[in-house]
Amino acid sequence: MTAQDSATGAAAGPAAQMPPRAGLAGWSARIARMSETWTLAILLVLVAFFSIAAPGKFFTTYDITQIAVNAAIYLVLGVGMTFVIITAGIDLSIGSILVLAAVASGEYNIHHGGAASGWGTVAVCVLIALAVGTAWGALQGALVATGKIPALIVTLGGLGAALGLAEIATGGQDPAGAASDHLQSSLGYGKLLGVPWLVVLAAAVTVVFGLVLAGTRFGNYTFAIGSNPAAARRAGIGVGRHLVKVYALMGLLAGLGSVMWLSSYGTTSIAGHSTDNLKVITAVVLGGTSLFGGRGSVLGTVIGVFIPAVLTTGLIVIGVQQYWQDVAVGAVLVAAVYIDQMRRQSRERG
Amino acid sequence: MTATPILELRGIDKSFGPVQVLHDVAFSVYPGEVTALVGDNGAGKSTLVKCIGGIHPIDAGEYFIEGEPVHVHSPRDAAGYGVEIVYQDLALCDNLDIVQNMFLGRERKSGLVLDEATMEEMAAKTLDGLSVRTVQSIRQLVSSLSGGQRQTVAIAKAVLWNSKIVILDEPTAALGVAQTAQVLELVRRLADNGLAVVLISHNMNDVFAVSDRIAALYLGRMAAQLKTSDITHAQIVELITSGRSGDLGLQNGNGAKA
Repeated sequence: MTAQDSATGAAAGPAAQMPPRAGLAGWSARIARMSETWTLAILLVLVAFFSIAAPGKFFTTYDITQIAVNAAIYLVLGVGMTFVIITAGIDLSIGSILVLAAVASGEYNIHHGGAASGWGTVAVCVLIALAVGTAWGALQGALVATGKIPALIVTLGGLGAALGLAEIATGGQDPAGAASDHLQSSLGYGKLLGVPWLVVLAAAVTVVFGLVLAGTRFGNYTFAIGSNPAAARRAGIGVGRHLVKVYALMGLLAGLGSVMWLSSYGTTSIAGHSTDNLKVITAVVLGGTSLFGGRGSVLGTVIGVFIPAVLTTGLIVIGVQQYWQDVAVGAVLVAAVYIDQMRRQSRERG
Repeated sequence: MTATPILELRGIDKSFGPVQVLHDVAFSVYPGEVTALVGDNGAGKSTLVKCIGGIHPIDAGEYFIEGEPVHVHSPRDAAGYGVEIVYQDLALCDNLDIVQNMFLGRERKSGLVLDEATMEEMAAKTLDGLSVRTVQSIRQLVSSLSGGQRQTVAIAKAVLWNSKIVILDEPTAALGVAQTAQVLELVRRLADNGLAVVLISHNMNDVFAVSDRIAALYLGRMAAQLKTSDITHAQIVELITSGRSGDLGLQNGNGAKA
């Protein structure tokens, strides 16, 4: 019983010393095991391809701005979805939450001045949108947290119910005057040092929640729950409470997405968000977040959001019918997950 | 005999609905000793451990820590008294690394963010203190560790918290020969460091190899609690299978003690 190293010494090397474990080593180890590298490579290949295929046309300031604006809302939704999927959950209802929040705040705006409404109304509208989204998300989170209904079903129900409520409130027609001109001219079209406010907002959300996920207790619990909920519970983590928070965060960001949508397009687009969920889930999974939970990153989601965005713009620029985008994204998605699985298997063997 | 047991239970009853799982159980654990808790499947070992750990509230009986009566209603209460349980399934998160697992639920923070450097240092110190030299990096994902290494991490996690009593639920059940020896050596070292260790095991070789004291449960009753040196292999097996062995144990199989 004394030769304890004999069994595992082969793996660790003779007299295996603990390697340097300073903070820097820890970080570099983390970077090395990040799964974003592959997805980033795919993104760079796409950018390179379109830059060569359409020299001087693809890589212009206009296109970059356009790509970023197109991606901004999906990025905000994707950040929330990253948290949800890391807990081994899913949220299919985000498009409907976005519509419901947009309709709720839009109705308030219509009754308080419509397109000409003032800043006070704009502020209230934003709060309404965020509150509606958060409340709906928290409700779904509470149902998921009971453990009795799979998240897929809870949010599938939520998808139908939220959209239905939005249609009841509006009679199914997008109401006129849902967004204030103030909102549209500031957040919608405004720029900060040449960068659209929508992009600035999305970037801020991404950075903040990226740090939350990677470096805080909230992020750690999110990973732990997705990895082993029983272990998390034993460690004293309030698993149910945390799930409510995660789905509420998703709802909050969907509410923020509705504000961005209203400011950008000025209408609630009730019928226009039925595939948001699939687009966002695709982006998150492309970014290396595991549908089985426990693994993922906001940085990966950023890359994952930009792949379809680059494809759309790129295909238009090189004159290919843009419907090929759906084919391409589908193929890239399957390939990305395949590569990730292979990589993970080899890592676990090693 | 050591003066006061660090953990003492008296007259513990526990029922689940109409089924009474524990009858009037008494159990004592001493610092610096390994107490083996043995018994057949269904004897109530796991239930007793979960009562100690605060997962199941006890129906009747008294719970003493260092001679003081205490009330334990939740795992947090138990942890507050220095009781840590390493479950058979280890309850580790595969996708987190060793440090993250050891600090799960009790992360160190500096301001808003996690204090990774302090946590790494404490984790490394704990592993060094247990003379664990088999992990390559404490930033390794737990999924990449062997069974014995995982057990080691789970044990290190339990002793990280100045715990006084560590309860190990069949730590060697899934391990090979060499790894079993390694884990048993670790168990012994915990006791030598002054901790009170409770070892649940079905393997009599393991029990005799490391324990100072053996407690045998039989059908929810404490058949006997003896020093390991005062008992033979055959006697323990009899106590486990029939609740009595000669003068030892329960006198009529379902009633009072000798």
